[in-house]
Amino acid sequence: MEMPHKTPMLSGWGRLPKPGKEVFSEDLRALSSGAVLSRGLGRSYGDSALPPPSHLEVATTTLADRILAFDETTGVLRAEAGLSLHELNRIFLPRHWFPPVTPGTQFVTLGGMVAADVHGKNHHVEGTFGAHVTSLVLRVADGRVVACSPADEPELFWATVGGMGLTGHILEVEFGMRSIPTPWIYEQRLRYRDIDALIAALKASAADWPFTVGWLDCLGSGHGILNRGRWAEKDEAPPHPPSPPRQVSVPFELPNWVLNRWSMRVFNALTYRTRGVATGVINPEEFFYPLDKVLHWNRIYGRRGFIQYQCVLSKAGGAAPFLALLQKHRGAAFLCVIKDCAAEGQGMLSFPLPGISIALDLAVDDNTQALVDVLNEAVLADGGRIYLAKDAFTRAEHFRGMEPRLDRWMKVRRRWDPEFRIRSAQSVRVFGDPS
Amino acid sequence: MKVVLLGGTKGIGRALGRLLAERGHTLCLLGRSLEALEASARDIEVRAGRDQKVNVGECDLLHPKGFRAALDSASEKLGGFDTVVVTAALFATQDELEADTALARELVTVNFANTIVFCEEARKRLMSSGGGTLCVLSSVAGERGRKPVIIYGASKAGLSAYLEGLDHKFRAQGLKTICVKPGFVKTGMTAGLDPPPFSGEPEGVAQVILKAIERGTPIVYTPGIWRYVMLVIRNLPRFVMRRISF
Repeated sequence: MEMPHKTPMLSGWGRLPKPGKEVFSEDLRALSSGAVLSRGLGRSYGDSALPPPSHLEVATTTLADRILAFDETTGVLRAEAGLSLHELNRIFLPRHWFPPVTPGTQFVTLGGMVAADVHGKNHHVEGTFGAHVTSLVLRVADGRVVACSPADEPELFWATVGGMGLTGHILEVEFGMRSIPTPWIYEQRLRYRDIDALIAALKASAADWPFTVGWLDCLGSGHGILNRGRWAEKDEAPPHPPSPPRQVSVPFELPNWVLNRWSMRVFNALTYRTRGVATGVINPEEFFYPLDKVLHWNRIYGRRGFIQYQCVLSKAGGAAPFLALLQKHRGAAFLCVIKDCAAEGQGMLSFPLPGISIALDLAVDDNTQALVDVLNEAVLADGGRIYLAKDAFTRAEHFRGMEPRLDRWMKVRRRWDPEFRIRSAQSVRVFGDPS
Repeated sequence: MKVVLLGGTKGIGRALGRLLAERGHTLCLLGRSLEALEASARDIEVRAGRDQKVNVGECDLLHPKGFRAALDSASEKLGGFDTVVVTAALFATQDELEADTALARELVTVNFANTIVFCEEARKRLMSSGGGTLCVLSSVAGERGRKPVIIYGASKAGLSAYLEGLDHKFRAQGLKTICVKPGFVKTGMTAGLDPPPFSGEPEGVAQVILKAIERGTPIVYTPGIWRYVMLVIRNLPRFVMRRISF
């Protein structure tokens, strides 16, 4: 008896599936040859790592995870693009080395970190990950393997940093690791009444604290928590390296109703009361990656899936009206993360610009497209922009309006890939690539 | 331990090589491509973080004439060895093997005949230095003749039988033989196949193998649930096996 052949489906972290299939190999050079798109650990939320409609297969890099070189004196590390940040931290944190920039999850690959030009809690000090990348090896669309760096083929390099994997398949990444005094973080958590007070505190903390981030209950109370930290000094930290935090897993997709306005309010109120105030030394994994402790946490949103809407607003006063707009359109964000961003990086499509970044987790429903449109209009009017790694609904005209740098990036991309052989479901949607 | 690892550049062998070095064991990697071996050796050295060199040497399971030299050279580099691990093997789908008899011949030769020849050479060296451990990756595919793995499974069935007999005969003389039977593990080898339920990751499988080496467990299924999956499969009546495509 033959089973009817079903089209395989693939999705990003937001669990909004499209036809797609991952192909794996330890041999990235062979795997990337002729592939339409590379994919890492699939932690982008929307369709950044999904194939365009004309293709089914994406080249998943995760088996290509060798460290190629590490210089103990300078901290420069070169590795294959599929190496995960989780593995990197597992190896190097006990040895007092840490990446200069880390996003909010360690289940990402080095290739993905370059493609999205990720930022973290230290954006106000260190900028994006791309600022610390010293060289890349790419397989470009015509099949050649090309090395690039800020000095060598700089246009290709800066088009690739934040270029969502569309300028070539990232094969190798070289960047500078940072030496840290101890593998522990000294953190403080403080509570604030509303978003303006939270943002003021974020900005005030920027001068003295290398890591800062804000969390906001934007469902009801409007309360916020500021989380700030630095590497602990030797006399503060325990003598042993931290052990990995205990992980739990969401074993299956929860029904859609579990996460609703009321359950989210209760959760947020509890978070504010129990997690709002603290001072002390903490495991960096818990500080940088609080959600990584819950494996498959994206299943709590149920079958409907979810998006993370992340934008950066250029005007500091813009955050409160922006969140008011969200509430007016009945957007219920379970998670709202606020971060002050410093100068724009050199990556031609790099996300952060000076201002306030707002990230909102939203369950998908019939209203989502309209909500994203309204929010994007506001971002456009502000002079801000959205983060492609999180995006699933932005319209091409909105993105173009937000992105004066798009033409320059497109020019470089066209030079290396005139036929747009490398493309994604997102590039078809947002850049108007051929499907 | 001083370990000779044949096939440490990819898949389960790659994960096992990293784990062995992280736990402080000394390694010599054997494989077909010096370039791949060197890259893996550097990777393992950085991960282990000690100033301990990982040795490499060429050895191709297709060419048994090179086995002695490869093992002698590994012994020289390590100053003798007490453990030999074989993770290298060929894999192809049943469709590919049915379509290409030459490929089928090569696969059976490598996985069965040549692996046994390699093990014989390793066994003699281990026993001449008072014993040790011979750990070889067979497969759950060798547990019963099954439609999707007829030829590959046959090569592994023969290998499993050899390894079991070896353990019966030589354990009393100090040679522990460990037959590892992985179920479906997500590596480059199985990359083209759809992972069934209970599929494992190479890192987890490597930990199980290391524990088996440390304890001297003669037969180990990994992921562990495959012991029970295969128990069921081995006992299914023939008319059922003819119907199902598993």
